[in-house]
Amino acid sequence: MTIPIEALKRKKEHFERGEDRRALEDPRAELLALEERGELVVQKIDHDAVAVPTKYGREKRIQKAHLWHHKSCGQCGHIPGYSTSIFWVMRKLGYDYHDPRDQTSCTAWNYYASATSNMAAQAAVAVRNFAAANETGYFPLIHCGTSYGHYKEVREELIRHPELRAEVRGIMAKLGKQLVLPEEIVHYSEWFYALRHEIAAKQVRDVSQVKVTVHPACHYYKLVEGDAIYDPDVYGGQRTAVVTGLAQALGADVRTYSTWFDCCGFGFRHILVQRDFTRSFATLRKIEVMKEEADPDVVLTHDTGCVTTLDKSQFAAKAHDRNVGVGVMSEAQFAALAMGAHPYKVCQLHWHSADYRPVLEKMGIDWQQAWAEFQADVKRLENGEKRFLDWDDVDG
Amino acid sequence: MTTTDASQPDAHYKAPNVAGYADVPLEEKERLFGQVKGDARFSDYLYGCYECGICVAACPSARFYDFSPRRIAQAAAREDVELIYQQMQEDIWECSQCFSCLRCPRGNNPGGIITIMREVAVSNGLASAKEALVGYSRIIYKIMSTGTQVSPDMLQQDAFPDWGPETADVSANLDLWRRALPPETLHTTTTGWAVSEKTLIELYLIWLHTGSLDMIAEVDASLHAILQEVMEERLEDEGIEL
Repeated sequence: MTIPIEALKRKKEHFERGEDRRALEDPRAELLALEERGELVVQKIDHDAVAVPTKYGREKRIQKAHLWHHKSCGQCGHIPGYSTSIFWVMRKLGYDYHDPRDQTSCTAWNYYASATSNMAAQAAVAVRNFAAANETGYFPLIHCGTSYGHYKEVREELIRHPELRAEVRGIMAKLGKQLVLPEEIVHYSEWFYALRHEIAAKQVRDVSQVKVTVHPACHYYKLVEGDAIYDPDVYGGQRTAVVTGLAQALGADVRTYSTWFDCCGFGFRHILVQRDFTRSFATLRKIEVMKEEADPDVVLTHDTGCVTTLDKSQFAAKAHDRNVGVGVMSEAQFAALAMGAHPYKVCQLHWHSADYRPVLEKMGIDWQQAWAEFQADVKRLENGEKRFLDWDDVDG
Repeated sequence: MTTTDASQPDAHYKAPNVAGYADVPLEEKERLFGQVKGDARFSDYLYGCYECGICVAACPSARFYDFSPRRIAQAAAREDVELIYQQMQEDIWECSQCFSCLRCPRGNNPGGIITIMREVAVSNGLASAKEALVGYSRIIYKIMSTGTQVSPDMLQQDAFPDWGPETADVSANLDLWRRALPPETLHTTTTGWAVSEKTLIELYLIWLHTGSLDMIAEVDASLHAILQEVMEERLEDEGIEL
C-alpha cells in the first residue's frame, strides 16, 4: 500500500508550514541585503576582531575594543560586581569602551514574566538601543543572556516580517532614529571566550585547585542557537564552549554533571512572585546534583538570572538541611579574581548570598584582609573624604 | 438506595467553570484563538508534533506543575479552542520561558506559542492574567517608567526573606555600597543604572506608539492610570503633546 500523501496533505490543510527557524543560516547576509534595499542600517565591525566557531559552523567575529556596553538590569541592580568585573577585565587588557546612559533595559525580563508588551514594542526597544550605540560609533556588547537571546529573536523577526520592519521604522522616525541592527549580536561571555588566552596571559592567581561546574544559560544557547559558540575542543562541540573554554584556559578543574542542560529555575515571573518553584528547581535539579556528582568549589555561569537563582536559592534549602552550600559567580568575576582583582572592591562578592569564601581561600586570597580594605574605603565615603570610589581606588 | 439531588449538577455535565473561572461561549474562545493564530510569529513557532515528548523531558515547569509543552503544541496544532482556552486560563503562567522546549526535533517553539497566548490573555484582561500578575505591579511600574527592571532598593528583606541575611546587609548599606562602585553609571539606588532623560522620553514614546501602555489597562487599571500620568507629565515637560 502506498502512503496516501495527498489525503494526508488535505488533512493538514490548515497548517501553513513556514520556513524552519533553523534555516536562517547567516543572518549577516540577510541584513546586508536588507541594507542594500534601504530597509535598515547595519552597524559594521570596524576594529580588530577574533573569529570564533558557532553551532552550525558559521564563523562569528568578536570585536575586541571600542565596545558599547549594553548593561543588565539584574546585574547592575542586585549583583553589581558582575558588571564591574566585565569593565575591569576590559580595562586591564587595555581595550577602550563606552558605558552609556543612553541605554534602557531590553525589557525582556518583564516580557517573559508578564507579557505586558508586544512584538513591535520589543523590537522598537531593541532597535532604539542599537541606534544609540551606532550614534556613538562603539559596537554593542550585551551583558545579559536574556537580552542577547531576545535581541537575536528580534533580529530574526525583523528579517522575516517586512510589516514589522515598516512599523519599527515608523516608530524610529518619530524618535529621529533609523532602524539599526549590528552586524553581529555579541554576548560578553563570547568576548571573554574569544579573549581567553589574553586573559590567561595576565593571570596572577593559581586556580588549578578550584573545582568548577558550569551552568550554561538557556537564553544564550537555546534561543536562536545558531549564533552560540561551540568549539570542537570543548565538550567535543556538544555543548556551548563559552564559560568552560575560559575556565579551562585559566587552568581550573572543570567538572561535569548530568543535569547541565536543565535551566536554573529562574522562570522570570517565578523568581519574583512564585519563588517556591524557583528554589525547588535550583536546589533539587542543579545545586544538589552538582554537589553529588562533581563536588564543586564554585558554580560559574554567564547570565544575570542564573547567578541570582543559583546563589539566592540556597539559603532556604540550607535551613532544610539539603545538600547545598557552594559559591556562585559569573565567569567574569572568576576571571577578574584570577587576574588579581579585589574580591570586594571589584567583584563585589558581599552582594552574594551563598558562601564564596572557601573558593577565595583556594585561590590564595585573604578575604578577611580584603574585607577590612573595603571597609576602610567605605569609611572614606562615610566621613566625606570622597563622594564616590573610582577605578583608581580599586586598583590602588 | 441512592437518591438524586436535583440541586446538584450531574457528574456527566460539563463543569460550569474553566480552571476556576467562569466559562465563556465557544465564539469567545474562537475569537481569542484567532488572535493567537493571527500573530505574525505563530507560523514560525508551530510545524506539527511527533509526540516524542522531548520538550516535556527538557521542561523545568513540567517537573513541578501539571504542565506540558507538548499539550500546548498539540492543542494549537489541532486548533482545539476549548483546551486552548483552558490553557490560557491556567497552564501558560506555569511556563518558565527558558525555551528548553526548543529542543523539539520538529522545530516547534511551545514556549514561543505560550508567549503569544500570554500576550492575548493580557490584552483581553483574562482573569488568569490578572491573578498571575498580582504582586507584580511594582515590577511593571519600574521597567516601564524607569527603563530598568530591578533596582538596588528592591533588595529588602521583607520582600526576599528567603535570600538570606545578606539581603538585609545590602539594604542597610545601600547608599554607601552603591557609591563604592567604580563605574559612574552605577551610583544609583532607584534604578539599575543612570538612564538619561532623553532616553526615557524615547522609551515612553515607544510604549505609547506600540499600544504597550494600553495593554496594562486590561490587567491593572490603577497601575495604568499611574503610568499614564507619569509619562504624560514627562512628555509634556518636553513639549510633546499626546
